[in-house]
Amino acid sequence: MKKLLVLSAFAAMLASGTALADTSGKKIAFSNNYAGNSWRQAMLDSYGIVTKKAVEDKVVAAADVFTTADKEVPTQAAQVQNLILQGYDAIVINAASPDALNGAIKQACDAGIVVVSFDGIVTEPCAYRVVVDFKDMGKQEVEQMAKFQPKGGNLLEIRGLAGTSIDDAIHAGILEGVAAHPEFKIVGSVTGDWDQTTAQKAVATILPSLPDVVGIVDQGGDGYGAAQAFAAAGKPRPTIIMGNRQDELKWWKEQKEKDGYKTWSASIAPGVSTLAFWVAQQVLDGHKDIPHDLLVPYLAFTQDDFEAALPKIKEGGVATHEYTQEEAVAAIKANIK
Amino acid sequence: MTAIAPGTLPKSSPRGSAARARLLRGLLPALSLALVLIAIAWLNPRAISYFGFNLMLNLAIPIALATIAQMFVIAGNELDLSIGTFVGFVGCVTATWLRDAPLLGILVLLGSIGVYALLGALIHLRNLPSIVVTLGMSFVWQGLAILVLPKPGGKAPDWLLSIMSFKPPYIPFPILAALIIAAVVHFGLMRTSYGVILRGSGGNAAALRRAGWSLLKTKIVLFALTGLFGVLSGMALIGITTSADANIGNGYTLLSIAGVILGGGEFVGGRVSPVGAVLGALTLALAASPLLTFMHIPPDWQVAANGAILIIVLAARVLISRRER
Repeated sequence: MKKLLVLSAFAAMLASGTALADTSGKKIAFSNNYAGNSWRQAMLDSYGIVTKKAVEDKVVAAADVFTTADKEVPTQAAQVQNLILQGYDAIVINAASPDALNGAIKQACDAGIVVVSFDGIVTEPCAYRVVVDFKDMGKQEVEQMAKFQPKGGNLLEIRGLAGTSIDDAIHAGILEGVAAHPEFKIVGSVTGDWDQTTAQKAVATILPSLPDVVGIVDQGGDGYGAAQAFAAAGKPRPTIIMGNRQDELKWWKEQKEKDGYKTWSASIAPGVSTLAFWVAQQVLDGHKDIPHDLLVPYLAFTQDDFEAALPKIKEGGVATHEYTQEEAVAAIKANIK
Repeated sequence: MTAIAPGTLPKSSPRGSAARARLLRGLLPALSLALVLIAIAWLNPRAISYFGFNLMLNLAIPIALATIAQMFVIAGNELDLSIGTFVGFVGCVTATWLRDAPLLGILVLLGSIGVYALLGALIHLRNLPSIVVTLGMSFVWQGLAILVLPKPGGKAPDWLLSIMSFKPPYIPFPILAALIIAAVVHFGLMRTSYGVILRGSGGNAAALRRAGWSLLKTKIVLFALTGLFGVLSGMALIGITTSADANIGNGYTLLSIAGVILGGGEFVGGRVSPVGAVLGALTLALAASPLLTFMHIPPDWQVAANGAILIIVLAARVLISRRER
């Protein structure tokens, strides 16, 4: 039955001719290691919307999504190996580990498969990396904080999932920012795992031992939890940098309406998955000049524009931006210098 | 599977039907593996090839080794909840010290086997539940792994890389490795006299003690063997992935227990089967990943489908062992 379907699809493809794009016969797989939070759900949604249209428009023949059951590296390595066997032409991957998948990634490259990683990138040189400048994001957080708290003061840092490259980069950026702004001092650091509940618990635990804090620098997905912890403890509300989550922006709006509360929000847009997809498509299309490391901007909101974005975000979701093919080509061009 | 109604069969002696059930139980791991392979062959014929087996099964080698490690503890009526993080710790040591300072690396790995032996002694002497001790140890290993390798990286030693990418003629390396592992452990545990003592310590400890055997020693040996195969598993894993991550082995704890049970082992009574355990590990590795990938399930259902496959495979095993009683 299944084979029949595949055959008839193949026949239909032959009948429609090959006059469209050069990649109309290519199959792109998406290997995803985790789907359990709002960001990842938004990432999969964006990817689904864009690839469904791409398949309908016959830009590519197939764009299937594969999610592993756990966050484990070996499971994803096995998954990549299976995708090689399936005969995909390209693999878009959000990897569980930057290094430990390199063995499988190399096997894919050796089999002539284009590998494009994003968010959770891989270091294997043969793969492409769509990287958000997380370090700059961390640095910007402190720069923005200096605008809201010109007198400086004590900062609390909320960190992400320990041992990941993203947590490392944002943290390094924040340290750099604090070095450039000696009026700020980080007096405490907790692990929030990019999750409101975890962040709230962690902040509530450390709060009693902290001196007065003027601001919180964090990694997104933890700002609302931190705000809740401060409210529950009856402490004055500091300037909390937000991370584009719907609940965070909603809280910000409430505070702004109450007393003109000011802050800044930034995060990687989950729609970057669609950019990775277009990069894979462009490479398959024969564009050999695409650099293996592509830097894309993060998505930031300021006091003036966050309210306009808020209604567009799903309840419990994250602000995102889906790339069209033209935008993707422009983003790639920006990286070719 | 055909259900056998008790009245319709010619009256066979209870001993005969028990023997049949035991045979069925021995064959079950091989049968379930064959079933999964047939399903894969049907979904993706290309996978049944030298290249395909290499790709599909090479990550099953560390799982098979971890399953054998778990099997030794289970043979002594204990359970090791730390094997996954231990494999991760070994992986981190392999990707750092074993490459940069081989002597130190070897010492640390031997030392960790020693720690396992001590744990066996501790569990026996203080009569502690192994679940509690090993659950505690799982956090210790995880913490040590993060200390050794705070962020993912490191590189496997070259000799290890070349062993794991060895391509023998005709037989894919993972299958050859599985055969060797199964044969060596089967001989050691099922065919030697001390192997009988080891299994006996789980089967009837009181009888062994009365016969003058040291139960302390058997427990130490069983745990040290678990440590040894845990080390082999971690090294094999890093040989394939080429670099390490402190969380790399976390999933192995439950996989290894499931592998032992699927392979015909029992939680108590010293009833284990090395060949079955290796087959069980291969089945789990194939069912969880390649089969799932080839089935083209919508992403929302993939995680649930993975669980469903495991439950179906393990349920078949439970049905058969219930018939045996």
